[in-house]
Amino acid sequence: MAGSSPAKGNEDEGTDRPILELSGVAKRFGPGLEALSGIDLAVSRGEFLSLLGPSGCGKSTLLRIVAGLTPPSAGDCRLAVDRAPGRIGFVFQDPTLMPWSTVTANVLLPFRIARQRGGEVRDRAFAAIGAVGLAGFEASYPHQLSGGMRMRVSIARALVTDPDLLLLDEPFAALDEITRLQLNDDLLRLWERHRPTIVFVTHSVFESVYLSTRIAVMSARPGRIAADLAVDLPQPRSRGTRMSPEYAAMCERVSATLGRAMGGQAMGGQAMGTR
Amino acid sequence: MNRQGGQLWLRIVAPLAVGAAFLALWQAAVRLSGVPVYILPAPSDIAQSLWVDGPSLLGSLLVTLRITLAALATAAIIGGLIALVFSLSRVIEISFSPYAVILQVTPIVAIAPLIIIWIHIPFLALLTCAWIVAFFPIVSNTTVGLNSADRNLLALFKLYGASRGQVLWFLRVPTALPYFLAGLRISGGLALIGAVVAEFVAGTGGSETGLAYRILEAGYRLAIPRLFAALFLLSVTGIAIYLVLDLISRRLLRHWHESAAAEEEE
Repeated sequence: MAGSSPAKGNEDEGTDRPILELSGVAKRFGPGLEALSGIDLAVSRGEFLSLLGPSGCGKSTLLRIVAGLTPPSAGDCRLAVDRAPGRIGFVFQDPTLMPWSTVTANVLLPFRIARQRGGEVRDRAFAAIGAVGLAGFEASYPHQLSGGMRMRVSIARALVTDPDLLLLDEPFAALDEITRLQLNDDLLRLWERHRPTIVFVTHSVFESVYLSTRIAVMSARPGRIAADLAVDLPQPRSRGTRMSPEYAAMCERVSATLGRAMGGQAMGGQAMGTR
Repeated sequence: MNRQGGQLWLRIVAPLAVGAAFLALWQAAVRLSGVPVYILPAPSDIAQSLWVDGPSLLGSLLVTLRITLAALATAAIIGGLIALVFSLSRVIEISFSPYAVILQVTPIVAIAPLIIIWIHIPFLALLTCAWIVAFFPIVSNTTVGLNSADRNLLALFKLYGASRGQVLWFLRVPTALPYFLAGLRISGGLALIGAVVAEFVAGTGGSETGLAYRILEAGYRLAIPRLFAALFLLSVTGIAIYLVLDLISRRLLRHWHESAAAEEEE
C-alpha cells in the first residue's frame, strides 16, 4: 500500500513542514451567521489531531474547508499534499454508503471514479476490507450489516487509496458505546500501521484524549481555536491506557479547558459525560 | 419462515373468501328478488357470457392491451428522458414543468376527440391519449428521485474528482430507480384507463375493436352480462399489470431498498 505517497513526504523533511496549514480562515453563512473566525492551525505529518468542541462550533465546517468541499470566506488553507483525488480520505458521521452496491463496490468507488480497474485495484480493496476486519463480507450489501460494520466499510473506502491525510467527521457519534470503543482501538491500529495524518472531529473529551497526539479545543459562535494541547500519553495506546491516572488527569484538564472555552458554562462532569 | 408463510396464506385466502361471499350474496339477491337480467345479471349469467363470448372478448382485450403496453413503454422511456433533462437543468425544469402539469390535469376525455381528429392512424391516436395520461407520474417521481442523492455522497464524489456524468450514472440514476419504479406502477393502471377512455371516444375507428368499444356496444344492445364480462376482463388486466410491475420492482430493488428488502431477510 506504500509507495504512492509523494517523495517529498519523507520523514526528515516532512516533520519540519506542516502537511496542513490554516491561516486566518473564516467562514460566514449569509450576513448573520459567522461559523468560523480567525482559525490558525498547522498540522504536522503523521499527527493525530482532534478538533474538540461543542455542537455548532463549526468543526465540521472546518473539516470541509480542509477537504476542499467548502471554500473559506477568508484566509488560507494550504496543503502539502497534492490535491489529486484519493490523497485525502473523508469519513462522515453517517457511513454514507451506496445502498445498491456491495461492500466491495463501495470500497472500489474511488478507483471507479478514477477509471482504474483490474486485479491490482481489487486486491487493494480486499486488503482494505480485511484491514477493518470485514473479510468475508465482501459481497454483502450495506443493509445486511450493523451500524458499526457500515462505519468500517466507510473507513475502508477512505483508506483504500492510501491517503496522506485522513479527515474524520464525528465518525463514531451515532454508534453504541461498545462498538465505539472497539472502533477507537481499530482506528489506532490502522493509524499506527499506515501513519496517515489524521484530523478527527469529535465532541467527546474521552475519545479525543484516548486517540490523539494533539487536541485543538474550539469555542462556539464564532468558532475559534481556544486552546491547543499536546497529549503525551505513551504509545501504543490500548484499553489499559483508559485505566491510567495520566489518562484521567488529561481528561480532567481537557474538560476544564473546554469548559473555559465555552464561556464558563457549567461543565465539569457533565462535559465528560457527553459523547 | 413459518410466520411469513402463514401471512402469505392469509393474504391470499382472506381476500378470496371476501370475494366468494360477495358473489354468493349477489347471486342469491338477484335470484330471490327476480331482477331482470338486463338490469343486473347474476354472477352465473356473467360467467356463462364469459364462456360464450370469451374468445371474441379476448381478441378485443388484446387490442386494448397492445395500446396500453405501448403507451406504458413510451411513457417510461420518454418520461425517464424528460426527468433526466429536468434534473440536468433547473432552468428547463422550471420552464417546462407547468406545461407537463397542464397536460396532466386536462381531462383526457376532453382532448381525446381532438387527438383523434389530428392523428389519422387510429393506433397512434389511441397510443397518444394513453401516453398523455400515463407519462406524468413517471416524470414527476423520477425528477424527485434524481434530485434526492445523498448530500454526503455528492461531497464524496466531488472529493474524488468525479465528472458530472459519473455523478449522474453512479449516483443520481441509482438513487432515482425506486422513485421511477413507483411512478411506473402508478402509470401502469393509468395507461389502461387512458386506452379505455380513448377507445370510448374513438369508437371503432379502425378495423380492430378494443374492449372499451365492446362494453359500449353491449350496453346499446342491453347485453348486460357481456358488458359485465368485458368489465371483468378489464379489471383482471389492470390487476395483472400492477402485479407484474410490482414483481419487476421487487426484483430490481431486492438487494437494497427498504420497500423490497424485507423478503430478503429470511
